[in-house]
Amino acid sequence: MEIVYYLIQNTLPVAIPLLLVALGGMFSETSGVVNIALEGIMLFGAYFGALFVYFVQDLGLNPQTILLLAMLVAAVAGVIYSLLLSFAAVNMKANQVITGTSLNMLIPAVILLFSKMYFNSDGVTTAVNFYIQKIPVLGDIPVIGRMFFQKTYLTVMIGILFLIISTVVFYKTKFGLRLRACGEHPHAADSVGINVYKMRYAGVTISGILGGIGGFFYSVGVMDGNVNGHTGVAGFGFLALAVMIFGQWRPGKIFLASLFFAFLRTLAYSISLIPFLYNLGINQTYYKMLPYVATMVVLAFTSKKSRAPKAEGIPYDKSSR
Amino acid sequence: MVKVVDMGDYIIEMLNITKKFPGVVANDNITLKLKRGEIHALLGENGAGKSTLMSVLFGLYQPDSGEIRKNGQVVKINNPNDANALGIGMVHQHFKLVEIFTVLENIILGVEPSKMGFIQKNEARKKVMELSEKYGLRVDPDAYIEDITVGMQQRVEILKMLYRDNEILIFDEPTAVLTPQEIRELLQIMKGFAREGKSILFITHKLNEIMEVADRCTVLRKGKLIGTVNVKDTTKEELSRMMVGRDISFSVNKKEKKPGKVVLSVRNLNVVSKIHGKNVVKNVSFDVRAGEIVCIAGIDGNGQTEIVNAITGLEKPTSGKIMLNGHDITRASIRERSIRGMSHIPEDRHKHGLVLDYKLEENLVLQRYWQPEFQNRGFIKFDSVRKYAEKLIEKFDIRSGQGPVTIVRSMSGGNQQKAIIAREIDKDHDLLIAVQPTRGLDIGAIEYVHKQLVERRDAGKAVLLVSLELDEVMDISDRILVIYGGEIVGELNPKTTTMEELGLYMSGAKRDVVKEINDAGEE
Repeated sequence: MEIVYYLIQNTLPVAIPLLLVALGGMFSETSGVVNIALEGIMLFGAYFGALFVYFVQDLGLNPQTILLLAMLVAAVAGVIYSLLLSFAAVNMKANQVITGTSLNMLIPAVILLFSKMYFNSDGVTTAVNFYIQKIPVLGDIPVIGRMFFQKTYLTVMIGILFLIISTVVFYKTKFGLRLRACGEHPHAADSVGINVYKMRYAGVTISGILGGIGGFFYSVGVMDGNVNGHTGVAGFGFLALAVMIFGQWRPGKIFLASLFFAFLRTLAYSISLIPFLYNLGINQTYYKMLPYVATMVVLAFTSKKSRAPKAEGIPYDKSSR
Repeated sequence: MVKVVDMGDYIIEMLNITKKFPGVVANDNITLKLKRGEIHALLGENGAGKSTLMSVLFGLYQPDSGEIRKNGQVVKINNPNDANALGIGMVHQHFKLVEIFTVLENIILGVEPSKMGFIQKNEARKKVMELSEKYGLRVDPDAYIEDITVGMQQRVEILKMLYRDNEILIFDEPTAVLTPQEIRELLQIMKGFAREGKSILFITHKLNEIMEVADRCTVLRKGKLIGTVNVKDTTKEELSRMMVGRDISFSVNKKEKKPGKVVLSVRNLNVVSKIHGKNVVKNVSFDVRAGEIVCIAGIDGNGQTEIVNAITGLEKPTSGKIMLNGHDITRASIRERSIRGMSHIPEDRHKHGLVLDYKLEENLVLQRYWQPEFQNRGFIKFDSVRKYAEKLIEKFDIRSGQGPVTIVRSMSGGNQQKAIIAREIDKDHDLLIAVQPTRGLDIGAIEYVHKQLVERRDAGKAVLLVSLELDEVMDISDRILVIYGGEIVGELNPKTTTMEELGLYMSGAKRDVVKEINDAGEE
């Protein structure tokens, strides 16, 4: 039982960044813009979030307040970086995959450069402890309290909140319906007076918000608040793309998919605590490959049936029919 | 001769509209006036500017000059929202429906009833169901668009307009995708709208439909206004002359001809559908002889496509035998079939007929580029290709912006079809298979296609025609094989049968025991 608690407590902080970034990708792609740049957006958000933490950490603020403020900073940073993609994809009608790829390549280099210049290091190292031993009241609920409200991060609760909001926006609002129409059949949307360009900006911007926050949450929940230019976000942006596809561009399924991947990763890092697996004597490095191998296997089996938004990746041109 | 009838009470006036696109004037100084409560047909060939004019009215394009008035007031329509606010709605030729949405979601998209951004679906559903009942437009509000028939999709489009309380309804070629029964139903519905005081603009190039429902008709040709006439004062012949600019013969001139030897013979053919795994072609046998046009007639989806796919090699038959000129080609490659004398004008010209992003000359040589005339050790001889293309373009009157180097995607449907016909007819062949060769074409192009088919027959070739158009079936075929449920249920002679009888066979209400054809086509 101890090990179950341990795995759940450690899976969630890893799942949340995947969840948020995949939800961001979902908003972008259902509006019609392929967002390969998620990795870059995450890293950009993470870096600015961590920078913010670095500058305020000596002011004696409550760590959770710092986390919330840094989250806002990361969101703004994500939005700014995503605007580059929107501009290229919507205004300039550029190839979205190439644009996204170049945005991904730019960021790690920039981080290394500036970190070397100002910190003489490979990234930002912070010293705020965001870890929560136990949330008052909720943490005392039997079983559930221990699973979800002890030894955790605030990011988990915020992530679930974002999931709920995203689902409601996606399915229950005017905005969600219109957004999805733009990724599926932009000409139909246009013919009923929906501004496709605006909706696509909106979709990519939301992915900027969620991507930036997801990046910062990654550095909080996985990297102890640090960001560096070498490991970046360890391919979590791409993993999030896989989560999004595995989740079939639907919030609920994306949530399950992110739990699946995060669980595999947590398991891989916890081998020494599980006697059965530990005694097999397999080199732990192989276990660490699990989430990435699973990505390949899962995509190989699901991508044939998967149904991407029909018009994603195609720049919208009013005059073509 | 230009006749314009003018008598006040106009709900919409489009005055002196001019719209230019790079290299072409799509609408040249066109005036169209729509009366309240009338059905006004807009007639013209493909590329005459009908759709452009309607897109201007609907706010999808801005005119370069001219003005639009509603109830006498000048209005500016910058986008579909403006059009909608003025009560103008449009059913587009290619439906603008989101496939993964439900019927209800499609109807309300863009004008969703909402509280604080949240969609109020129940409210919307109530209104949609009321409209659906009132006008007899049967739909299932919770079905997904991808699961419903084309006819129902069109009803969804109509409900979209009604939901927006539009009083000016534009129908862009609404009957092109419908079965005869659905067409009849639609025309009744349109009449009902007109009785209620809604005003209808009806784009079409089917003259029968105009004669049946329209009050007035405006004719465009090559972007210019030819005239507006009262339908009850005119005839089909006059309308077609206005549309095409010359006399069109509705019946095809065909000499008597005695069929020769068997060219294609199909025996006990069975094909299993790739989609649902059931037999869609059941034990079909028939012959096509030199110098005759044999038509497979039937309602779409009764196995015609699969028969043709099996003969042309696009699909493998499960059993049966196909002989071409005495050779068994049941399992032959497509190239071999082509060399043995098969030419094919495919049903879907974009998918199987042309490489849309290739140049015209490249498309024209697609069946022959490997012959020594056009290649040397794997290198294409572009000068001979060019010469050959120029020859075909001239001979078959293929019109395009830049001649042989035109990208085929940019050509009109009629000229794309001409390019396919040119390619398939100019190569050596004994058998020409034409599947719905006139689908989506205008009347001038249809006449052209029919003439070419009859000419092939007269030249002693065997022609197998698959068509859904009853007029076409009756006019040009020598023998009619009626297909129903994957079986041939009757063989008719167009000279002795009637449309009604043909219709009974096609709907499965009547069938003959078709005599067994004994063994292959040897004489």
